[in-house]
Amino acid sequence: MAEASTKLDAKCPTGPIDSRWERHKFDMKLVNPANKRKHTILVVGSGLAGASAAASLGELGYKVKVFCIQDSPRRAHSIAAQGGINAAKNYANDGDSVYRLFYDTVKGGDFRSRESNVYRLADVSTAIIDHCVALGVPFAREYGGLLDNRSFGGAQVSRTFYARGQTGQQLLLGAYSAMNRQVGRGQVDVLARREMLDVVLVDGLARGITVRNLITGEIESHAGDAVLLCTGGYGNAYFLSTNAMNCNVTAAWRCHRRGAYFANPCFTQIHPTCIPRSGDYQSKLTLMSESLRNDGRVWVPKNKGDKRRPQEIPESERDYYLERIYPSFGNLVPRDVASRQAKFRVDEERGVGGTGEAVYLDFSDAIKRLGAPAIAEKYGNLFQMYDKITGENPYESPMRIYPAVHYTMGGLWVDYNLMSTIPGLHVLGEANFSDHGANRLGASALMQGLADGYFVIPYTLGHYIASQPMGKVDTQHDAFKASREEATLRLNKLLSVKGTRTVDDFHRQLGNLMWNHVGMSRHRAGLESAIKSIQQLRSEFWQDVRVSGDPGFKNSELEKAGRVADFLELGELMALDALTREESCGGHFREEHQTPENEAKRDDAHFCHVAAWDIQDSGGSINWTAHKEKLNFEYVKPTQRSYK
Amino acid sequence: MGMTIHLKIWRQNGNETPGQFMDFTAKDVSPDMSFLEMLDVVNESLVRAGQDPVEFDHDCREGICGACSMVINGAAHGPDKATTTCQLHMRRFKDGDKIVIEPFRAKAFPIIKDLVVDRSAFDRIQQVGGFISANTGAAPDANSTPVPKVDADLAFSAATCIGCGACVAACKNASASLFVAAKISHLGLLPQGQAERGQRAIQMVAQMDVEGFGACTNTGACSAACPKEISLETIARMNRDFAKASFDRR
Repeated sequence: MAEASTKLDAKCPTGPIDSRWERHKFDMKLVNPANKRKHTILVVGSGLAGASAAASLGELGYKVKVFCIQDSPRRAHSIAAQGGINAAKNYANDGDSVYRLFYDTVKGGDFRSRESNVYRLADVSTAIIDHCVALGVPFAREYGGLLDNRSFGGAQVSRTFYARGQTGQQLLLGAYSAMNRQVGRGQVDVLARREMLDVVLVDGLARGITVRNLITGEIESHAGDAVLLCTGGYGNAYFLSTNAMNCNVTAAWRCHRRGAYFANPCFTQIHPTCIPRSGDYQSKLTLMSESLRNDGRVWVPKNKGDKRRPQEIPESERDYYLERIYPSFGNLVPRDVASRQAKFRVDEERGVGGTGEAVYLDFSDAIKRLGAPAIAEKYGNLFQMYDKITGENPYESPMRIYPAVHYTMGGLWVDYNLMSTIPGLHVLGEANFSDHGANRLGASALMQGLADGYFVIPYTLGHYIASQPMGKVDTQHDAFKASREEATLRLNKLLSVKGTRTVDDFHRQLGNLMWNHVGMSRHRAGLESAIKSIQQLRSEFWQDVRVSGDPGFKNSELEKAGRVADFLELGELMALDALTREESCGGHFREEHQTPENEAKRDDAHFCHVAAWDIQDSGGSINWTAHKEKLNFEYVKPTQRSYK
Repeated sequence: MGMTIHLKIWRQNGNETPGQFMDFTAKDVSPDMSFLEMLDVVNESLVRAGQDPVEFDHDCREGICGACSMVINGAAHGPDKATTTCQLHMRRFKDGDKIVIEPFRAKAFPIIKDLVVDRSAFDRIQQVGGFISANTGAAPDANSTPVPKVDADLAFSAATCIGCGACVAACKNASASLFVAAKISHLGLLPQGQAERGQRAIQMVAQMDVEGFGACTNTGACSAACPKEISLETIARMNRDFAKASFDRR
């Protein structure tokens, strides 16, 4: 299938891994301080990656414009991350190091990430904590006033920094405040309630974007010297996910359609501890931080179809299946393993709750051991959230949990400098594919978003600006004009269908297809049928969707319609990628490729690569070609992951 | 068979056009639905009938992003204490109930459409002082300055503000004091925030006035409506910082 491509030069430095980034920083070109203000950088998205990049670039003297779809940049979905952020500080004196964090991340990603990138991530992790504390992020502390750490899914050391159950909120507000300071200094302009609909290429370089003003409906152009895409993941392709309602793939997808390769789209993370769905009206799912697995024990009844209340099921009739199967990691196995095991229990008809699609997460032992106040101190806000949503008190009866789509490891392909296959278009945070391989470890998403924004892009962007000759462009250029016209045409087309089905109706149907066939467990026949069904659904969408309202005013139906139209293309590519990756690795589980103990079976001989997809559209008929970037492991030798 | 709920929803096209209440009926409402899911169902039926759905801000639906902003039966975010609209569930209501839904009303929050208001004044207040000036890359080791746990916990509690604006909607003067005080407290309680403490209070308070928010009379409606239960103590702290800085400046 995949051909080696000359376009996919990852530009990774060579030599000893612990000095690659240091040397690369020295080798990169610099932009003179007086020249930085002559360059305008367009940052799309204001989550951890976008806000931290905007702040750092503003500090350096670049002119920065930040765009976000929310009414305020502070509301980006990074805000909802609960658990924590990893850093190799070794404050716990338990044997952590940069090398161990690197090792755990490569292994956790099931050997489908780049060693150079992962090492850099682990390397800058400590500086992130220092900087966040300097900005006033109120991390949890011990009585002596020093920072507290906890261990998190998949790790045997305590390297996770946290702020009760709302670490993402505090880190994002820190980055938002640093960005606000640059707004005050006149370095950064924030344009809220703008949705990116296109990237504009001039002479092959990313030189601007086309956005829709979500209040006035106006189609605007913005020109600059580079575009940073920090627009998050594409989990909402599944309709139900833990993503915020407005998370979408449109900005990334529009770039893909202009030539940015999309890498490993089938690598999605299904998070094991979410509140199960309760009915068809369900609009989204809510995550319960996996830090809960530090003290909660996962179980199901030993007997099929046991409908007794959990308290009535005696200890001898409970199956603490994670502790049974994985005695050394127990309830702390990585996310993909925990999710898949929950699915197996439900498939065996040992699921619990009204729908039978749930397992128990039980705190009664921890409450006996530590007391309810200690549990409340650690997880109070999570218990309260669970109570609000389900009407049940987790201090008294075990939580019901079930996996849900949570994070997407795939994304736009980038090189070591975070640049996509479109020169000038850089991709940061969850929107890129780079650091997590086939499975992301807990507390690593926040680390990557901030690493990219605070500590990587300030260097690599300067190198691009200093080495790429480019003239001035303005928004009167033909390329901008053509892009505005295309975007307008597409919106009018969506409004003119005037069919019978709502946008959500199509989205729900796509989500069902994705969850059933491109979800926790995949097989050839299912993927092939999903591809056909998605193509069919896409053509129905353009013939029968009903979008009401005015293009020239606030119109959330029109916003959703454009996003679902793109999900209907991405969904097909996700299935295609899953179909062609004839192995199991991390979150990608192909039923044809498993060990006798139902563990993922990698095929390093044939699939130790990144699949980066290029799209061709000939008159509405879409085709993709895969290009491969070979992955080399010089330090962490690929082995079968074992958490037993 | 679910509940039937009678809705009276404020509809308005822009701040310059007069608005009005309109009646809707939500049928077959499950008690496990969230309040916003109930509105989703109403909106889908409006779209099917070729009508404009009711616009409202929402995003995370987990009570943390601060986007949702409705006054429900006269209370910002509805009847439950410490709960955002998105976390309010229909089990709180009963069959046949009437529910009145309005936007967050304040001069400084102009109406955009229906229940959607413009809260960018909050961002502008943060931009004049809601930060600690620390450039990327210049920070000392994170454990070089111990912070007493008591102070860290107090700072954290103030920092949990989600910037929703319920405090403004609940205040009879539409004051933004609780919002501003929360940030001033968060940063002022930490050793890192001391250098700019006075200046921060002066500048943020001044911007709050520029934006057209009202004065604070210490009534406490803000704190009662706050989904994160930000304490009224923060306002005392803001007033002290402001007064001290005003004298220091002379």
